[in-house]
Amino acid sequence: MSLLELKNVSKIYGNLHALDNVSLTVEKGEWVAIMGPSGSGKSTMMNIIGCMDKASEGEVLLDGVDISKESSKSLTNIRRDKIGLIFQQFHLVSYLTALENVMLAQYYHSIPDEKEALEALEKVGLADRAKHFPSQLSGGEQQRVCVARALINYPEIILADEPTGNLDEANEEIVVELFRKLHEDGTTLIVVTHDPEVAEVAQRTLVLRNGKLDHETVNKNFTGHIKYNL
Amino acid sequence: MKKRKMYMRMITASLLRRRSRMIVALLAIAIGATILSGLVTIYYDVPRQMGAQFRSYGANMLFTAVNDTFSQEDVDNAVAVIPESQRVGVAPYRYETVRMNDRPVLAAATDMEGAKSASPFWRVNGDWPSADGQLMIGKSVASLYKLNPGDKIEVTYTPVIETENSSSDEEALEENADEEFILDNYIDFEVVGILDTGGNEEEYIYMTLNDMEKLTGKANYYNVCELSVSATADELSVYADKISEGVEGINARLVKRVTQSETTVLSKLQSLVLLVTVVVLALTMICVATTMTAVVAERRKEIGLRKALGASDKSIIGEFMGEGLLLGFAGGFLGAFLGFLFAQGVSVSVFNSSISFRPLLLPVTIIVSVVVTGVACLIPIRSATDVDPALVLKGE
Repeated sequence: MSLLELKNVSKIYGNLHALDNVSLTVEKGEWVAIMGPSGSGKSTMMNIIGCMDKASEGEVLLDGVDISKESSKSLTNIRRDKIGLIFQQFHLVSYLTALENVMLAQYYHSIPDEKEALEALEKVGLADRAKHFPSQLSGGEQQRVCVARALINYPEIILADEPTGNLDEANEEIVVELFRKLHEDGTTLIVVTHDPEVAEVAQRTLVLRNGKLDHETVNKNFTGHIKYNL
Repeated sequence: MKKRKMYMRMITASLLRRRSRMIVALLAIAIGATILSGLVTIYYDVPRQMGAQFRSYGANMLFTAVNDTFSQEDVDNAVAVIPESQRVGVAPYRYETVRMNDRPVLAAATDMEGAKSASPFWRVNGDWPSADGQLMIGKSVASLYKLNPGDKIEVTYTPVIETENSSSDEEALEENADEEFILDNYIDFEVVGILDTGGNEEEYIYMTLNDMEKLTGKANYYNVCELSVSATADELSVYADKISEGVEGINARLVKRVTQSETTVLSKLQSLVLLVTVVVLALTMICVATTMTAVVAERRKEIGLRKALGASDKSIIGEFMGEGLLLGFAGGFLGAFLGFLFAQGVSVSVFNSSISFRPLLLPVTIIVSVVVTGVACLIPIRSATDVDPALVLKGE
């Protein structure tokens, strides 16, 4: 059974089909990139997979459960238990330290554990910045805190929406390297990106256009390491 | 770490590390709590303060005799019913008709110190009688007799002759008018003061009880006793009932024009204080609600993030309400003390006396502040649950 399966999924706003009859599957442990121009339906798809929106038509099976039929309360629980989110703009709580931001995800999931949160920050190389506030961290560091927050509850899927969109090349490399390690650990990754170099690192790339799945490419030489076209 | 500890860490961090915004809400609550605490202190202290002020308007209780006169023992028994701390002045009066230059004049004898305390509004040109042989005369009498302080005047009294057939003093006087053995008692007085009240008091002459005894030859009886008591109208009624029922020979009643005006002024003042308190609390509520609305609007992304991380509506409400209630607590605590200082300032500047801190006011102010803040937060916090994480967390 696939971890995620979209069957003929559409999202319709009046006359606009933000997603139009899209079907896809993502296996457990797979690293998938989703690309496409602005307005192609990437964010809509992310919101539906991330349980923050519901499909107008079709089925969305996450771990065998059709989440398109679930109530918003139930979607909140699924999001909390199964999904780790990474955003382009980091979205860290400004008045909490890096450590507290990671613990925030634990707080809503189960029980906050300072030691475990610190370990997660250690994984992303920020143990020494645990007591710093977001305003005291660089963009790359903030995104790494965001990664630590996403992985702290051991989610089934990590959904990253333009995770390197606001980062320079060096930090982009660090974040992609973190994704590679997560993938090695068996975490399923779905990464929405505009950046072909980031997309090429994934095992498979899905390209959306006008709300439809345009084509799909498989990276036969998958290594998980970013290759810059100089 | 327990969830509760993390919860407290989050809400205190939100308040302490986002001071600029929260200080506005805290100030609004603290000012509201200050006014509340201050006005409630004044509300409860006004009767005491005003009671003391009202005592300058004269007696508010009167003892009259059930059978013509009552004795000093009756006065003592009746006065004992009123707590000593509330007694401002006790002035028992004895009235007689005397003569000055062969013309009848009403004379009153009293304890001058008691009269001074019971009738502080009396203005005396000169001095009060402080020894035997001294006379204070009302302004009307002084004008009629053209008397001034320092003048001498003889006051005579015709003793009443008891006869078997006569039924009154007048009849007795008529019957014995031509008899030689009827001798008037007289005392040569020195006028020491002229009494100016603007009322009936100006038509009397005033002497010491001792002089009245000498003049009339009769001791230990009074016609009326005026009392100035620092108490509410309700307390006065209770005392009056107790005295009338418990002390034989004395009928106690309230001087309605004084007690009623006291009650009216006090109740109006207290209503005003209450109204201002309610208005201030309403304004505080509006200010807190406005600030919290701004806070929620400002933190929409954070709310969206919390929801994206799995926060339920209940959690969001709990966190924002926690912040609001903590602010209410801090504002109430601050306001309780500032309110006391405010009330103290008002009391000293208006009533010229200090007030004592009421410990009960601290929890009451905190509870009211917390409740007002909680109610003010309801609508803004409810709107926080409407935040759609997919919309507010959108990439660009």
